[in-house]
Amino acid sequence: MSTLNDIAQFKQVSPMSGILRMERMPHIWCPGCGIGSEVNSFAEAIRRSGIDQDKLTVISGIGCTGRVAGYSNFDSIHTTHGRAIPVATGMHLANPKLKVVVFSGEGDLSGIGGNHLIHAARRNMDMVVICNNNFTYGMTGGQVTPTTPGGAIASTTPYGNYEYPFSLPFLADAAGATYVARWTSVHARNVTQAIEEALARKGFSFIEIISPCTTLYLRRNRLGDGVDWLQYFQENTVIKHGCDTRETAIDYQGKIVIGKFVDKQKPTYLESVDKRYVQVVGDDYQLYGKTVPEREAEEKAEQERIAARRAAALAEPEAGA
Amino acid sequence: MFFNNLKPLHGNVYVNETWCKGCGFCVQFCPTNVLDISPGYNAKGYHPPYAKTPERCHNCLYCQMICPEFAIFVKGDDECVKGETNQ
Repeated sequence: MSTLNDIAQFKQVSPMSGILRMERMPHIWCPGCGIGSEVNSFAEAIRRSGIDQDKLTVISGIGCTGRVAGYSNFDSIHTTHGRAIPVATGMHLANPKLKVVVFSGEGDLSGIGGNHLIHAARRNMDMVVICNNNFTYGMTGGQVTPTTPGGAIASTTPYGNYEYPFSLPFLADAAGATYVARWTSVHARNVTQAIEEALARKGFSFIEIISPCTTLYLRRNRLGDGVDWLQYFQENTVIKHGCDTRETAIDYQGKIVIGKFVDKQKPTYLESVDKRYVQVVGDDYQLYGKTVPEREAEEKAEQERIAARRAAALAEPEAGA
Repeated sequence: MFFNNLKPLHGNVYVNETWCKGCGFCVQFCPTNVLDISPGYNAKGYHPPYAKTPERCHNCLYCQMICPEFAIFVKGDDECVKGETNQ
């Protein structure tokens, strides 16, 4: 038995049911796009992390990757272009019990919303930012983005790109992010592990995932299709954990440095707020109607529940098995 | 290839041909080459994969994780439990 074409039955038994909105499938992404693989990893990471799915929020901006919010079966917002991180910041401050995940593209996060990215990293907002980097604005026709490597052809640079590109891990690290990793969409298990680690920790976590854009980037540059680029990822990536982020620049069709670059602890935004106001107001300082020890106790109880759910999720056989 | 005397696992691949867009990731990256592109078409005109050598599937779930269309999943056999053989 290897085909299961009864859609209703497939939706029921698929391990993605409950995590994705199966009634919206098939999705709009092109054949050979890497976003679907990332969403698979994201779903598996959520299942293993044990966090309460009612307290998880997925926020996306505009773009191909922005569709993730619409397809994931959690509370989700599809915001205006570039403003995924401000919305996530507001949501986190309005209800700090929510786990906020921003899943968006590099044009949205570093191009249109670059200012928001560096300031959320500077404040060390407690959120996970997953950035799908496909070197082009896929949904609007393949314009050049801040990460398009020099020499690559885009619809706005028909003779090759002459701008200096961003290295997103360097940008996030310099701005103060406390977890910075870069993987590609072929490294499915590493992406899962990175998202799992980021969900379990506090502070601003930035995960860049490089993925192929077959229809615009690869076709314009005559680089083959999705499979060709996943093979390129396999052959031309160098895993360097803890690498200095200054050495993570991407050249056109050159070696890509991947791995977990930064993992450090720093007080988050709300912890800094608490610390400052306890100094100013004293121990009866309240935020959200609760004093600091009360909120810490609540958080500790929630962490214990998460640990119990995580143990249960890891004990049961892997998804689908 | 197995490490020491660990029991080999076995899984069954389920493909939803209707959703497949024929990107070929699963066929290219299956570590034991279970899948192959079928000569037939689906309604959209793509060639969906099929399990050519289903007995070689070891339930690693990589095709399930790499499939961008969420159109493949793998289920282990009933007797598919991790353990050691007597050898």
